[in-house]
Amino acid sequence: MLSIIRTMWSVFLHTFHRRVTIQYPEQKAYLAPRYRGRIILSRDPDGGERCVACHLCAIACPVDCIALQATEDENERRYPEFFRINFSRCIFCGYCEDACPTYAIQLTPDFEMSEYNRQNLVYEKEDLLIDGPGKYPGYNYWRVSGVSIGGKGKGEAENELPPVELRRLTP
Amino acid sequence: MTSPYPFASIFGILIVALSLSAALIWVERRLLALWQDRYGPNRAGPFGLLQVLADMIKIFAKEDWIPPFADKAVFVIAPAIIMVTVLLSFAVLPIAPGIIVADLNIGLLFFLGMSSLGVYSIVLAGWSSGNKYSLLGGLRAAAQMMSYEVFMGMSLMGVVLLAGSFNLTTIVEAQSKLWFVIPQFLGFILFLIAGVAEARRLPFDLPEAEAELVAGFHSEYSGMKFGMFFVGEYLGITLISAMIAVLFFGGWMGPWLPPIVWFFIKVFAFLCFFILLRASLPRLRFDQLMSLGWKVMFPLALANLVVTGAIVTVFK
Amino acid sequence: MTMFLQSAFYVAAVIAIISTAMAITRTVAVHALLYLVVSLLAIGVVFYAMGAPLLAALEVIIYAGAIVVLFLFVVMMLNLGGEARQSERQWLSGKSWVGPIILSAILLAEVIYLIVRAQPAGGIGAMVGPREVGLALYGPYLIGVELASMLLLGAVVGASHLGRSAPGRTGAGT
Repeated sequence: MLSIIRTMWSVFLHTFHRRVTIQYPEQKAYLAPRYRGRIILSRDPDGGERCVACHLCAIACPVDCIALQATEDENERRYPEFFRINFSRCIFCGYCEDACPTYAIQLTPDFEMSEYNRQNLVYEKEDLLIDGPGKYPGYNYWRVSGVSIGGKGKGEAENELPPVELRRLTP
Repeated sequence: MTSPYPFASIFGILIVALSLSAALIWVERRLLALWQDRYGPNRAGPFGLLQVLADMIKIFAKEDWIPPFADKAVFVIAPAIIMVTVLLSFAVLPIAPGIIVADLNIGLLFFLGMSSLGVYSIVLAGWSSGNKYSLLGGLRAAAQMMSYEVFMGMSLMGVVLLAGSFNLTTIVEAQSKLWFVIPQFLGFILFLIAGVAEARRLPFDLPEAEAELVAGFHSEYSGMKFGMFFVGEYLGITLISAMIAVLFFGGWMGPWLPPIVWFFIKVFAFLCFFILLRASLPRLRFDQLMSLGWKVMFPLALANLVVTGAIVTVFK
Repeated sequence: MTMFLQSAFYVAAVIAIISTAMAITRTVAVHALLYLVVSLLAIGVVFYAMGAPLLAALEVIIYAGAIVVLFLFVVMMLNLGGEARQSERQWLSGKSWVGPIILSAILLAEVIYLIVRAQPAGGIGAMVGPREVGLALYGPYLIGVELASMLLLGAVVGASHLGRSAPGRTGAGT
């Protein structure tokens, strides 16, 4: 009986406690800079798409929310014909970012993606592509990849450095 | 026998009771949130007051579905019974001098009778749903209400002895010198516990016990029929609070303020107390509930009655 | 007021008779109990109209509110299905009516005879309050009350003896 009254009294004292609720839309919670939220596709410093449509992200994805189709441009460089992420399935795990060999796919701290229509959560490549290089400002995959393209050997393409001579030790 | 303005009283009490119990939805959620360090509904309108309206619109717009395995006639009647019995009980409630629908000379017994008829609503709802969880809820309700009604009536007999009447107005007037909560403190505690059990509130909400019985007797109910159970429950709490105020805390009596204000202050204080009970206490197990009722509360109520009777006889 | 009470009396009496007949002829046990409750409530109104408000309240509290709830409790526990309904239907047909009809016809004749012969004692609306009932119970009817209370005490002791759990068995009751 006494314990019941003590319980009720201690609950009543919570009247004067600070409330822990964060009034969300007006008052934002702290988000770590490396928080994993909405997925974007970044571009290299020259403005080209970084994605080479290797499908590694689609394979790494545990919920199969990424779908893409590879194709090649006139220089025999691979790029995605379409790149589709279904954000109603995405769990923001970041495995796609880990899997990506070209730093193309990156996760941002944005998570406010509410929609009335579920279909609006399926993002196409135009929705995903951003104008900048994201977290890796200087990196340009095609300059360091050592992949030959149509008509030109390694290191002969525009703005591409010559390949490192592997058999000679001196530079 | 009745008030000078019967129709004004009837509609006034009806409107106040219904709107008060609707507003209780908001009050309860806000208070529970307050005691759990949250805010509760605070978006719709100022302080979230329009939440009541939003809930009403939602509940009216819901599909009103009768399951094919239900006993249709009884299924439809059941939620109406609780509304009727609780609203009828408000008729004998003296709110202020002159503001009462029917000043019956057996007002207290009328209240007890109506609260005992209210059980049918729960039991029949549980049975007619044709669902095993609902049936269990109905069975629990029957056993619980039966046991708690006995000492609920018993605990009030002390008040009746002191006031010398079953008439609620007379009972209130008999408290002009001393509120009955002091000479009848045990009776007050017993009636409080029985009242919580009669209103099927936590910690005695065994009939609906959403953790084990899904939602007990109203598992199969939807739409406005569910809404009637919901409002009926809140009306029940309001009624029990008002009864406690009338029987033990001197009804409308109080200094300075007008009587009706005092009455509502007392009722609101007990409503908050009921919500505090819900916020702080866990649900009892069913066998604990029954043995508490029959082995602790019932003998205490009997002893209270006998001692009060002896004292009244000696000092008269 | 008297006119009002008189008409209330007749309406309630008719409702009581009809609902009792319905209670007898229902095949679903719960429906029958519901009609029984209506019948008891109507009898409560009859008592009130006759000027016995205490009796009316007790009728509602004890009979409608407690005893029929117990009946309902048991019926729900038994969980009667379609088979029970079939057998009920069988009992309610044909020759099984003859005996009860003859007996109740005799009763009806007696009641009519008594009503026709008896002088109306006391008008409708003469109040019998709680005080009068209490004085009657503990005055002229004291022995009857005491005997009934002893019987009930015996019943309570017997029930608690039957209901206690056997030693060594756990579960119900603590």
